[in-house]
Amino acid sequence: MSLFKERQYLRIRVDREADDSLWMKCKACGELVFKRRVRENNNVCPSCGEYFFLTAAERIDSLVDPGSFEDLTERIVTDDPLAFVDSQPYRERLREAQEKTSLSDAIVIGRGTIEGIPLILGVMDFRFIGGSMGSVMGEHICRAMEAAMTERRAFVLVSSSGGARIQEGMFSLLQMAKTVTVRRRLAEAGLPFVSVMTYPTSGGVQASIASLGDILIAEKGALIGFAGRRVIQQTIAQELPAHFQTETFALERGQIDRVVRREDLRAELALALGFFAGVR
Amino acid sequence: MSDERTLDLLEAKIEELRQLNAVEGIDLSKEIVRLEEKLQHLRRKLYENLNDWERVKLARHPKRPYSLDYLGSVFEGFYELRGDRVTGDDRALLVGLARLDGRPVVVLAQQKGRTTEENKERFFGMPRPQGFRKARRAIELADRFRFPLISLIDTPGAYPGLEAEEQNVGATIAESLQAMAGVRVPTIAVVIGEGGSGGALAIGLADCVLMLENAIFSVITPEGAASILWKDKDKAKDAAAALQLTADRLQALGLIDGIVPEPLGGAHKDFGKTADALKTEIVRRLSELAALPESDLLDRRYARYRGIGRFVLAPIPTPDALPPAVDVARN
Repeated sequence: MSLFKERQYLRIRVDREADDSLWMKCKACGELVFKRRVRENNNVCPSCGEYFFLTAAERIDSLVDPGSFEDLTERIVTDDPLAFVDSQPYRERLREAQEKTSLSDAIVIGRGTIEGIPLILGVMDFRFIGGSMGSVMGEHICRAMEAAMTERRAFVLVSSSGGARIQEGMFSLLQMAKTVTVRRRLAEAGLPFVSVMTYPTSGGVQASIASLGDILIAEKGALIGFAGRRVIQQTIAQELPAHFQTETFALERGQIDRVVRREDLRAELALALGFFAGVR
Repeated sequence: MSDERTLDLLEAKIEELRQLNAVEGIDLSKEIVRLEEKLQHLRRKLYENLNDWERVKLARHPKRPYSLDYLGSVFEGFYELRGDRVTGDDRALLVGLARLDGRPVVVLAQQKGRTTEENKERFFGMPRPQGFRKARRAIELADRFRFPLISLIDTPGAYPGLEAEEQNVGATIAESLQAMAGVRVPTIAVVIGEGGSGGALAIGLADCVLMLENAIFSVITPEGAASILWKDKDKAKDAAAALQLTADRLQALGLIDGIVPEPLGGAHKDFGKTADALKTEIVRRLSELAALPESDLLDRRYARYRGIGRFVLAPIPTPDALPPAVDVARN
């Protein structure tokens, strides 16, 4: 599997085909693959190795010890303080995302164990308005860190987000300040924070909480960066290398600690968190 | 409706008349008074009902005072400190020591260029990683010597480019934010023009956040929002209104602490007056914050940012799990 193909940037469409079909077409290799095989394979294409999006639930399932996860995501929703309407009212957009995902917003938090190591886990879900961070996600990230402090557990955040949620305006931008402020307390409490960056970890999420882990781990196939390829090309029309903002790009430039394959992430987290076991 | 240029023209004409008036034997005083009243009336009509998009244009007005103008009048003896000690010196984000009413402070200031030449040097006021690293250095200096920290915000946003991404601009913003969250001195941030997204916020996490009356502060430029959400760049005007990026809206939403008034037509119409008003406000706010014990100050800042967000407890409306409608009156 080559990392240097443009297809990294073609995966924005996350809608899977209708659930009643047993087969799906891989967007990378075009091969028709058996859906159940894909699912059993951590949403990695059995034909070409391309990574498909994991929902928050699938990601959690792939990481924690079976039966250990307790959902702490309180059902809060934004009250749409700007009464935002673009081509569609924000409230409608929210309702559609909620119906599609059965989530209240783009993140699930909870407690669990990975190979017996207790942790608080936050996992973003890209299907929910691009995993964007508004008031609700910011609040959940803070509550997750607070739970980690109360229970003296490690904190792991798996990011999959295009950045701040435009429809909540300055409330969204300020979630960067909010999460960073609470992250300081977590550091003062001496608890480890492992930030896992997946496709994509960008914009306001990358420019705040996701970049402030004690350890930064990128999933293979991740996109990591602040300003997107399109924004840069529209603003300054600059040529960008094919592997721009990929995990190798980030690793080569010293932006992350490690790159891990999806199937190895669970063992990787156990390994990393194991070093901090005595800290608590 | 008359535009700014017509009004400026009228103002120039009045000035000409005034000079003519000084010539012996010519009396134009009546005309001058009449025209001045007319000008004032037209100005008021033009500026008192600005829509949000016009406000955006005013915040970006080429004649608008920039940070260095305020550094020369609100503060005394700006002593610039340059360089991030790693790769270079960003000219879009300046830092240094200065005196405010005689007492030393650390200033972080975003600076746009006036000329093409200057804009090339200052990247149109868009800071790069060098700038955010330098800011962090200055914040640490403020912490070490307990100098209050004042930020002047005026940027379209962080510079989007290959080099910036190679130097991990996002992480430098995150680290600047983290430094501001913990600095053990009073901090005041003032948006003097354009508060553009993460690049602005990076130096904007503060105990007191102020905006000049015609400044804007936004998660994204109206043009950016228009192209992403409306899929139409020409909808920037609609986006500007939807984003609620003006000082009065942000104050109503409880996200900023105060607004510094500007003269009719904008800060550039009477810079001296604007600078005086800004200085008075910063000095007043700073003395309030300086009266707080350090731990109270930090607790207050923590509570402020921990509390930002708007949400309610609510069930998820899935189509088949909607609660049955209850008619309260009938029960």
